[in-house]
Amino acid sequence: MTRTPQSLPQGRRLGRIDGDVAGILLLAALLIIVLPLGLDIFRLNMVGKYLTYAFVALGLVLCWGSAGILSLGQGIFFGIGGYCMAMFLKLEASSPEATKIQSTPGIPDFMDWNQLKELPWFWEPFHSLTFATIAVVAVPALLAFIVGLAMFKRRVGGVYFAIITQAFAAILTILIIGQQGYTGGINGITDLRTLKGWDIRTDEAKLVLYFVNAALLIGCILLCLHVRRSKLGRILVALRDKEDRVRFSGYDVANFKIFVFCFAAALSAVGGAMFTLQVGFMSPSFVGIVPSIEMVIYCAVGGRLSLLGAVYGTLLVNWAKTMLSESFPELWLFAMGALFIGVVMVFPNGLAGLYQQFIAPRLGRLLPRPASRASAPIIPPHTAAD
Amino acid sequence: MTNPTDYLLAVEGLTVSFDGFKAVNDLSFYVDSNEIHVIIGPNGAGKTTVLDLICGRTKASGGSIKFRNRELTAMKEHEIVKAGVGRKFQNPSIYDDLTVFENLEISYPRGRTVFGALAFKRDAAVRERVAEIAEMIFLADHLDQRAEYLSHGQKQWLEIGMLLIQDPELLMLDEPVAGMSVNERKKTAELLNRIIRNRSVLVIEHDMKFVEDIAHRVTVLHQGKILSEGSMERVKSDPKVIEVYLGH
Repeated sequence: MTRTPQSLPQGRRLGRIDGDVAGILLLAALLIIVLPLGLDIFRLNMVGKYLTYAFVALGLVLCWGSAGILSLGQGIFFGIGGYCMAMFLKLEASSPEATKIQSTPGIPDFMDWNQLKELPWFWEPFHSLTFATIAVVAVPALLAFIVGLAMFKRRVGGVYFAIITQAFAAILTILIIGQQGYTGGINGITDLRTLKGWDIRTDEAKLVLYFVNAALLIGCILLCLHVRRSKLGRILVALRDKEDRVRFSGYDVANFKIFVFCFAAALSAVGGAMFTLQVGFMSPSFVGIVPSIEMVIYCAVGGRLSLLGAVYGTLLVNWAKTMLSESFPELWLFAMGALFIGVVMVFPNGLAGLYQQFIAPRLGRLLPRPASRASAPIIPPHTAAD
Repeated sequence: MTNPTDYLLAVEGLTVSFDGFKAVNDLSFYVDSNEIHVIIGPNGAGKTTVLDLICGRTKASGGSIKFRNRELTAMKEHEIVKAGVGRKFQNPSIYDDLTVFENLEISYPRGRTVFGALAFKRDAAVRERVAEIAEMIFLADHLDQRAEYLSHGQKQWLEIGMLLIQDPELLMLDEPVAGMSVNERKKTAELLNRIIRNRSVLVIEHDMKFVEDIAHRVTVLHQGKILSEGSMERVKSDPKVIEVYLGH
């Protein structure tokens, strides 16, 4: 049998920069040097907004790509993360001095419009930035834990799980829109101004937030890489393939699924919080079914098995969306539909798959060093829909 | 609770019904330590269901399964594995997208919780054990190969290896030589004879030649009930067995 150098067990590759790390460095250079130099602050802020979706896509790579659990409700977690941040910012913007024309000064404007006389109890802790920051990650992770516990312990999976997550996305949207006085309703939480006195609406703040966002994204990619390279990562792949075999090898499979679902939820929420900071508002239009499915498409286009692919996919689809809707707004939805069908039918492993199939072998011939195996994630012969 | 037994595995009065159809009906049999016990029987006799019941994949409607005097029917699948029962499926059930090494490593009995798996280190003990098992299952030269590209027989061996690395006291194999070439079959019999030291093996098999080679004791199932039990010699000459099974 042939033994190729790229199939060395991972432990033996230490001490050498491997393909994954090289790819991450390249992405970091693009995000932190090339784009800020090449784009004006308006476009850069837009890229920053796109990148917040990349957090969701990263979560999907682990949850859907590695473990085969398709969630069509990641907008839930993106939204909750964003709302937690927005609640803090809104309270800061609603100081009694700033809201003295209201009939009840010191509460957010939309509450006043809805005849609320005092701040609801669950808003109180969001006066604290520490609490809000913890809540950004903890609340979505807890919700994912509860949903995961209820579903995976009962062995609900596949399409059923996807449909249930979608139902949750719909429920949460309806809840937010219906409870206008507590949530800001369909408009969301708007008119956010400062973070601990620092005006987040200035160009300078937008630049800083862009870099914070990019750094967080790189950090999250490294974290995901760590998870994927651990035995846990391989167990996720194993249970995508043969769940029963994992179960009968002594693992409580449900716990692993719950973990990866919570992990993906927490990642999405970080993206949501960064979205709120950079865009300056959060609304139910980022929570529901449509945005959740769009996020799955970003991941699918980039390649659901590749962390970096998902980031590039997110950037590309969003850039295309902006370009197309600036010139031909009516075409965008059709383009999106066509894109999804194309990905599923023609290139199930997305851009990353195309890269590995056509570009990586040519690069390999040019470079003396063999491409590392880990940079070419395992590509199962399944379609994107399984 | 019934009386404690000396048997490694004691199945008593085991019954399961699917929508009123009794796939296994009041079945009792025992497996001794260091015994190769083979279950044979025509299609639909309930052989695989018996393994499913023991490993917890199917819940029994009645009866008891005791493994070292611990009741298995109340335990979850992964707890049964930890108690020392390993099960091989009929179709080779391996992880196609992982290498042979990784397949064996996942089965290595350490770091089986979420955070244990996250902190799991591939140390010398793991490498040695994987290498040792790979040698035993004739796959030492294929450790870095993706399992997808193994031959059918090699996949069967890999799955047996994945069980061996757990070092179970009771190994259950569902048709381990189905679809194997004559040569592979011979090697598998040799493998099984080598691995039974210090453990018991419960095998389902159709291949009579193979059963004769390995079995210490044979149970013949028919329509969820025991038709005959004993040594291969005795079972072969049982007129009931000849009529419903061997005669065909």
